[in-house]
Amino acid sequence: MTQSSSKFLISVCVMVALVALPFFADMLGQPALTSLATRVLIYGIAAASLNFVLGFGGMVSFGHAAFFGVGGYVVGILYQHYASGEPLFGFLPGTNQLLVTLPAAVLISGAVAAVIGALSLRTSGVQFIMITLAFAQMLFFFFVSLKAYGGDDGLIIRRANEVPGLNMRDKQTIYYVCLVAAIVFFALLSKLVNSRFGYVIAGLRQSEQRMAAIGLSAYRYKLVAFVISGMGAGLAGALMANFMRFASPDMLHWTKSGELMVMVILGGVGTVFGPLIGAGTFIVLESLLASWTENWQLGLGLILLFVVLYTQGGVQALLERVFGRRS
Amino acid sequence: MSMKNIILAGALAAAVATPVLAQEPVKIGMITTLSGPAGYLGQDIRDGFQLAIDAEEGKLGGVPVELLVEDDNLKPGNGRQIADRFLNNEGVKLFTGIVFSNVAGATVPDIVDAGAFYISPNAAPSNFAGKECHENYFVVSWQNDSLHESAGQNATNLGFETAFVLAPNYQAGKDAISGFKRFFKGEIVGEVYTRLDQTDFAAEMAQIRDVAPDVVFQFHPGGLGIAFLRQYQQAGLLDMVPMVVAEPSMDAVILNAVGDAARGVNVSSHWNTDFENSANEAFVEAWKEAYDRPITYYASQGYDAARAIASALKATDGTLADADAFRDAMRQAAFESVRGEFSFGPNQHPVQNWFALKVVDGEDGKPTLETVGTVLENHGDAYAAECQL
Amino acid sequence: MTLFLEQVLNGLQLGVMLFLMAAGLTLIFGIMGIINLAHGSIYMIGAYAGTYVAMETGVYYAGIPAALAAAALTGSAMEFLVVRRLYKRDHLDQVLATFALILISNQAITLLFGRQPLFIGMPEALNSSVELLPGLFYSSYRLAIIAMGLLVALGLYLVINRTRIGMLVRAGSTNRDMVRALGVDIRLLYTIVFGLGALLAGLAGFMAGPILAVQVGMGEQILITTFVVVVIGGVGSIRGAFFASLIIGVFDTMLRAYLPGLLRQVMAGSEADALGAGLSSMGIYLLMALVLLIRPKGLFPAHS
Repeated sequence: MTQSSSKFLISVCVMVALVALPFFADMLGQPALTSLATRVLIYGIAAASLNFVLGFGGMVSFGHAAFFGVGGYVVGILYQHYASGEPLFGFLPGTNQLLVTLPAAVLISGAVAAVIGALSLRTSGVQFIMITLAFAQMLFFFFVSLKAYGGDDGLIIRRANEVPGLNMRDKQTIYYVCLVAAIVFFALLSKLVNSRFGYVIAGLRQSEQRMAAIGLSAYRYKLVAFVISGMGAGLAGALMANFMRFASPDMLHWTKSGELMVMVILGGVGTVFGPLIGAGTFIVLESLLASWTENWQLGLGLILLFVVLYTQGGVQALLERVFGRRS
Repeated sequence: MSMKNIILAGALAAAVATPVLAQEPVKIGMITTLSGPAGYLGQDIRDGFQLAIDAEEGKLGGVPVELLVEDDNLKPGNGRQIADRFLNNEGVKLFTGIVFSNVAGATVPDIVDAGAFYISPNAAPSNFAGKECHENYFVVSWQNDSLHESAGQNATNLGFETAFVLAPNYQAGKDAISGFKRFFKGEIVGEVYTRLDQTDFAAEMAQIRDVAPDVVFQFHPGGLGIAFLRQYQQAGLLDMVPMVVAEPSMDAVILNAVGDAARGVNVSSHWNTDFENSANEAFVEAWKEAYDRPITYYASQGYDAARAIASALKATDGTLADADAFRDAMRQAAFESVRGEFSFGPNQHPVQNWFALKVVDGEDGKPTLETVGTVLENHGDAYAAECQL
Repeated sequence: MTLFLEQVLNGLQLGVMLFLMAAGLTLIFGIMGIINLAHGSIYMIGAYAGTYVAMETGVYYAGIPAALAAAALTGSAMEFLVVRRLYKRDHLDQVLATFALILISNQAITLLFGRQPLFIGMPEALNSSVELLPGLFYSSYRLAIIAMGLLVALGLYLVINRTRIGMLVRAGSTNRDMVRALGVDIRLLYTIVFGLGALLAGLAGFMAGPILAVQVGMGEQILITTFVVVVIGGVGSIRGAFFASLIIGVFDTMLRAYLPGLLRQVMAGSEADALGAGLSSMGIYLLMALVLLIRPKGLFPAHS
């Protein structure tokens, strides 16, 4: 009883802190903090999506940057056609309305995830890691050769998508839009994890045979989970394209998949909010170290190594142990 | 602290003509690439820039400056994040340093939209030269296409009739080949796109030998270029088929690394160490004194960017508050460039001469770049017409 | 015809370089169950150490022991300080730890050697071309690489099939727990396997020196391709790694050499070139996806 009430208290405190963050940032004379927090939220969504298949479902995808990138490119391509006035494929008009582009990005990355997942899920283990990487690399090279949409240089989105009644040129507004998206996303995710579907997915991780024995088709459940996860990553990508006003093949590069994985492991595999903490830790560390020294990679590497060797289960587990002892 | 004050005070006393200098130093934000294989590009831009500041003992154009440098790790997202922090937390109004077009693409719009200035020491993608040009965006180096247009013209001037062209399959590579073709009057007998992560060019070498063109044009910057040139020599092609390249494929680091494999290569460039003007002589000497590395053209661009900023700071007494005044001062380009004649075109990109260089044996027996002629005079860029400023 | 044969040789040379990397990786993967992302870093460290010594002494061959020593030393240090603590952990912890090792190695190399790439020429004796067939000239250095790679493959074959350590390695890649149950000092076996893998990676790095640029980040470029080889060949199988290396090497070279030309027969020149370049970049990944869809355990699974 006390544990669940203290958990509730903590989440209320975190919510208040997140809502008030831009004001504090301005007060402290550090307005860039708001942008940093926006990035953390966006990567948090992407990492949590990855964690849904990786941590809960036991499917280690090394290609999630593909869905992240596809989400970003959907926003970018729709904007380019909106700006030029030429319809896409000759009949689809472009748009700069966030309420249109965001669902479109989610749907299309879900569709891509369905294709990749349907093929990849025929394998498992290390082969699954590598086949997801293979598909992501194919998409990476596809966007690199796509000259009509900027190729390697990427696609500039001169103005962020519009939402009626909001000034999306304002950084704080974008932060709040991302915060709302993150809240909705994490609420749905924790509902999903605690639903029957979520239990089946977690059960499949532990033993596919047991699940098969009670008459469940592992493949179909896994595929649905994979598609949901891809949609989440696509949402994050679409938000990122709006925040950066830029989409580039860099978003699909394998190192980005690796970074997402690092965020998940850093925060704590198989927890709902761990990846958000992981994303925060990774991005804050990267920015802080880079502003202190040119040799930031050395520091980041040593810290990551320390986390793996001396914390069992990432930063979240570390926090729980440190604070758990006190209470 | 006190030492710094003494220097500042001394500088103040000396600067009788501009007594308003008691203000805080002008902050200059440098976002550049310092890690990974391309790390030396950013390093040289930074060090060249710093050299100009050091020459004035912490000032540019008599105005004290503070240079903030940060590594973008060749990630557009990082570049944008750094710009955001510099703009909002540090109050930086003057930016420079970006090496790569994709980082510039993500970062520059934010900077100029916020009313700050960006002075490019390297990358200059075509969209910012044309439709997306901006009054607060200046390029001190060159427009990307000019590099390869000069190589095409150079190949035409040298009388070659058939060319085999190679570049990596990414935007800059495709731009390189279209730029070359625009000014090459002969026939293209082979066009090959290599991979950005490719390190072995044996397959391409075999194709070149099979076609036997008059000349090979290739664009492979940095480590790619080192690998390409070495394998070109190892395949025995260096003595068979002459090569023309633009400067990114033969900077001083590449030249140093490939050594003999570069002998005889024709390079087109806007700058070279042997230029005889007082600004360049001072720069080359200062560099040799300060660093134990070959001078690349990246360093010269960093230095020139600093000198261009210095001229505008001097004209405005270091007050960036009046953006119009600073912009007008920048447009004058009232500085002595290490490359000689220099002015800004209507889109605030350079109008300058391009020179033919050749790799020959230097006095110490090592291959070195020697200026042998002029390729293009007062060359601007093809996109200026699309720019409405 | 000579052009085609030359391209085949080029493919073989790329293949054996990949094999030197893949042999170590597949053993570490198959026997120790470790996903070692830092394998590329060992390749880079071997290249730097060997090239540096060869530059300083002016003797190419002095670089070989230096590269091997540096790679083995780094490999054992990684195993002893980091990897050893992770055997019982999740794969994911290993991914994070070896990712951290990549960052550390890259920055350490930058601090030690600076940001400029290093340079070393070929050894005098191999700096020429050989006429293999009338009209078919080929670089002696590349031929030497092919020979070296084949020798290493033969050596590995003998070690694995004829020695006691080889027997344990074979047993370990098939059934790890069984070997442990037999009372073999598994730690020693692991250290030997890791050290051997590091040695081969260091050798590959040094041999690549005169052909490629020795620079920070060179390890990551080859790492991903190596993983492709390992998976296509079948995790833990040296034989699989050997054949997959040669297949990937030749396939990749042929695609680059001939695909744009083939496409040009059916479409306009510049479009064909752009599409051909894009497709040839995707080629090896496409091949891997196809192989895994047809044979999910790779071509030569170690467990069969």
